[in-house]
Amino acid sequence: MVHWSAEEKQLIASVWGKVSVEECGAEALARLLIVYPWTQRFFSNFGNLSSPTAIVGNPKVRAHGKKVLTSFGEAVKNLDNIKGTFSKLSELHCEKLHVDPENFRLLGDILIIVLASHFGREFTPACQFAWQKLVGVVAHALARKYH
Amino acid sequence: MVLSGNDKTNVKGIFAKIGGHADDYGAETLERMFVTYPQTKTYFPHFDMAKGSAQIKAHGKKVAAALVEAVNHIDDIAGALSKLSDLHAQKLRVDPVNFKLLGQCFLVVVATHNPAALTPEVHASLDKFLCAVGSVLTAKYR
Repeated sequence: MVHWSAEEKQLIASVWGKVSVEECGAEALARLLIVYPWTQRFFSNFGNLSSPTAIVGNPKVRAHGKKVLTSFGEAVKNLDNIKGTFSKLSELHCEKLHVDPENFRLLGDILIIVLASHFGREFTPACQFAWQKLVGVVAHALARKYH
Repeated sequence: MVLSGNDKTNVKGIFAKIGGHADDYGAETLERMFVTYPQTKTYFPHFDMAKGSAQIKAHGKKVAAALVEAVNHIDDIAGALSKLSDLHAQKLRVDPVNFKLLGQCFLVVVATHNPAALTPEVHASLDKFLCAVGSVLTAKYR
């Protein structure tokens, strides 16, 4: 079980409380597809991903981004059992979606950049530490049931 | 991985925006890296790691200068950073994984200070540029 200090929990909750899951989710997924274009391989049925503008405006990207970040919110609500929370999702990503776990790390790093751009100075080094730890734990939990 | 004409324009553009703050960005990048990825401190056992440390400021300035040098010679980063590449290979031997960590922190610093300028396209170009710098600095490792 991952240990979270009181400060880390507070930093995570205070940021999450101000996050628009729809906006940040859409932005994070769009940036993933733009910054690491090979990640588009999982979204061949999403329609037009031919340019950054197309990706940012793509309604399927927005919707899926919201879905992904909503799911991420489950980790924030269950910091003491992230492994259990993502057990089924881990199996899904392995068995059905066939997603290389490296992609979870890439998305985690992108999410940090999105949060940094939204929160500015408020996204202090301590805040970044707590959130990088969280995205790392989530990535690990999603990779855990791979076989 | 090659920098396109667009990438070079984007990188030059964002560094122009950073302007005279490059030294501060360098210091903040290191500060964030040491806090976020504590294992990176192992390369600086002699450093005072307190906030505002003169050593972190000085080293941040060096790191920023190297990035600016790379931007100013973006058509030949390998040439511009050749001596630094030798230094990292022969003396410093910083594990290659750490360049990605430094890059992530630099992106965070840029994002916190210039959110509007760090569009997805600029983000992509800057990420590529930082990867290219990391590749050059580790190119002679073996």
